[in-house]
Amino acid sequence: MAKRSDVELIAVTKRYGQTLAVDGVNLRIPSGTYCCLLGPSGCGKTTTLRMIAGHEIASEGDILLGMDNITNLPPARRGTAMMFQNYALFPHLDCVENVAFSLRMKGVAKAARREAAMEVLRRVHMEGFAGRLPAQLSGGQQQRVALARALITDPSVLLLDEPLSALDPFLRVKMREELKALQTRLGITFIHVTHSQEEAMALADLVVVMKGGRIEQADAPRTVFNRPATAFVAQFIGGHNVLAARAGGGSAVLGNGTVVPLPDATATGDIHVAVRADRARLVSGEGAPGRIVVAGTARSVEYFGPIVQVGIDVPDLDPLAVSLAEHDFFAAPVAPGDAVAVAWAPEDIHVIAP
Amino acid sequence: MRLARLAPYLQVAPLTVVFLLFLAVPILTIVMVSFWDYDTVRIIPDFVLTNYQELLFSPVTWATYGQTVLFAAITWVITLLVGFPVAYFLAFHVRSATWQTVLFLVCTIPFWTSNVIRMISWIPFLGRNGLLNSALLELRVIDQPLEFLLFSDFAVVLAYVHLYALFMVVPIFNSMMRIDRSLIEAARDAGGSGFQILRSVIIPLCKPGIAIGSIFVVTIVMGDFVTVRLMSGGQSASVGLMMMNAMSLLQYPAAAANAVVLLILVLLTVAAMMRVVDVRKEL
Repeated sequence: MAKRSDVELIAVTKRYGQTLAVDGVNLRIPSGTYCCLLGPSGCGKTTTLRMIAGHEIASEGDILLGMDNITNLPPARRGTAMMFQNYALFPHLDCVENVAFSLRMKGVAKAARREAAMEVLRRVHMEGFAGRLPAQLSGGQQQRVALARALITDPSVLLLDEPLSALDPFLRVKMREELKALQTRLGITFIHVTHSQEEAMALADLVVVMKGGRIEQADAPRTVFNRPATAFVAQFIGGHNVLAARAGGGSAVLGNGTVVPLPDATATGDIHVAVRADRARLVSGEGAPGRIVVAGTARSVEYFGPIVQVGIDVPDLDPLAVSLAEHDFFAAPVAPGDAVAVAWAPEDIHVIAP
Repeated sequence: MRLARLAPYLQVAPLTVVFLLFLAVPILTIVMVSFWDYDTVRIIPDFVLTNYQELLFSPVTWATYGQTVLFAAITWVITLLVGFPVAYFLAFHVRSATWQTVLFLVCTIPFWTSNVIRMISWIPFLGRNGLLNSALLELRVIDQPLEFLLFSDFAVVLAYVHLYALFMVVPIFNSMMRIDRSLIEAARDAGGSGFQILRSVIIPLCKPGIAIGSIFVVTIVMGDFVTVRLMSGGQSASVGLMMMNAMSLLQYPAAAANAVVLLILVLLTVAAMMRVVDVRKEL
C-alpha cells in the first residue's frame, strides 16, 4: 500500500503571455483515486497535468503532494511519473533499457538496473519482449512498456496524458480495463487526461470536467451524469437534452411555451433544465397524464444496437434526442418526418443553475 | 503488353544513362588509364603496373597521404566540435521557427561567394602585416608578428573549418529536428540532467546526422587541392595537389593511379563510418 499522498491544487494558474491557460484551479485528489481530467481540447487539462508533473511551472498557486509543496520541484523529485501521449519511448533503446532509464540516470549499475527493469516488465506481462526496440512493438505493447518505465520509479502518483488516444478502438477498451486493474492493484493515484467522456466514465472515481481553464465540476461519474453542475457539463457528458428556460414560482417555461414544474421552487430567472435522453419516451396522441409532453417531428433515427436514438425537431426549441431501448423502439417505430411527441416525468428534470 | 513490360525499364533509363555517363564511364576511364604507360610528351595505351609501383614505393606518397589524412582528421574533429553545438543551439534553444530559419540562413551566407574568394579573404586578415597581427602588435600582446597564421598548416585547417563546418551543421541539425521533443521531457521526467540527456538521448539519436556530416567533410578534405595550395603557400602537400602536379607534367597515368588509390582509401573510410552508424534511417 502506497503512503497516504493526496494531490491538492490551490488556486493554480498558468499564463502564457497574455493567454490564460489554467485559471485559478482548486482541486483535491485523495490518495489512491483514479481521477480523469476531462474536457475539449484547449480546456487546460493537459497544462494542469503538466504542472503536476513539473514539465510546466505554475504561474501562481501551489501544488501539494501529501505533506510536500511540489510546485517548483523538478519532475523527478516530485514522486510523480508521467506517461506521455505517444509514449515517448526512446527509439534507440530496447525495452529493458527504456524501463531502466531512470535508474541509469541515477547511476545504478547495469546488472542491477536491468534486473529491476525486468521485474517491472513482468508486472505488465512484457518480459518476453525485453530485447525488442520500440519500433518492433505494437501500440498496446508500447503502452505497457511506457507504463513500466513510469512505474519503475515507484511513484505515488502516475500521470497519464491521453494514454489511449493512439490505440485502435478494440485495443483501447482492452487497455482501459488493464489500466483500471493496474491502478486498483497498485493502489496509487492515477491522473488521466482525456477528451473522451466514455473513457472518463469507465475509469474514474473522480471526474473533473474542465472548460476554458476552469473546473466546471469535479465529482464521481454517477453524480456528474445525474446532476451535471452546468449546461456545458450536461452537453459534454452527453445523453442529456439541455434546454434554456425561464423559471419563476416553482415552474419554468421552455422556449416553445411548454410549462414544466420544477422540483426546486427557489430557482428564478434564466436557467437551464436537463432531461436525460434515456428517460424521455415517445408517446402517441396526447400521451400520459402527469407527464410533460412536447410535440415535434422526427428528424433522424440512429440504430446503435442496444439502443436507438431518435432526433426530434421541436418548433422554437433546440432539437431533442431520445434514446430508446431497441425493443421499445421497434414496438412502435418511427421514421424521419413522422410527427412524434416526447414525454418525460417531472422528477426526471434536473435544474442547472444559470 | 510488351510496352507494359518495358515501361519500368524506360522509367529508370534516364537516371541509368546519367549514372553511366557521368559516374561509371569516367571512373572506368581513370582505372584504365592508370595502367597505361607514358613518357615526357605522350601517354601510351598499355598494361603496366609501373604507375602503381612508383606510387606505392615512394616515401613521398606515404608522407603526402599521411598529411592528407591528418588534415582530414583534424578538420573532422574541429568541424564536429563546432558544428554540433551550433546545430544544438539552432535546434533546441531557438524556439521560434522564424528565428530558426533566419539563423540558418545566416549560416549559409558564406556560401554566397566562391570558396576561392572566401579563402583569399583570409590573407589580408592573417598575413604578416595583416589585421590580426597589427591589432595584436598595437595592443602589445605580441612584439613580433605571428608567422604561423598564414601559409601554414594552421591556415589550411582554419580554411577547411571555415569552408566545411556548415556541411557538419546541416545534417546534425536535421537529425536533431527529427527528435520528438517529448523524448527530452521523458528523459527529464526520469531524472536526467541536461548533460545526461545529451549523452544518452540526443547524441545517440543524432548519430546518423553526425555520420553524414563526417562523410561530407572527410571526403571533401581528402580530395582537396585548392585550399592546401592557397593557404599553405606551397609548403604543405595533399594527394590532390600531387595529382595536379603530375597532370601539369602530362603524367596522366601516374595521376590516374593516384586517383584510384585515393578513391579506394576514401571509400574504405566511408564504409567504416557506415558500419558504425546506420545512415539509411536518415534518408
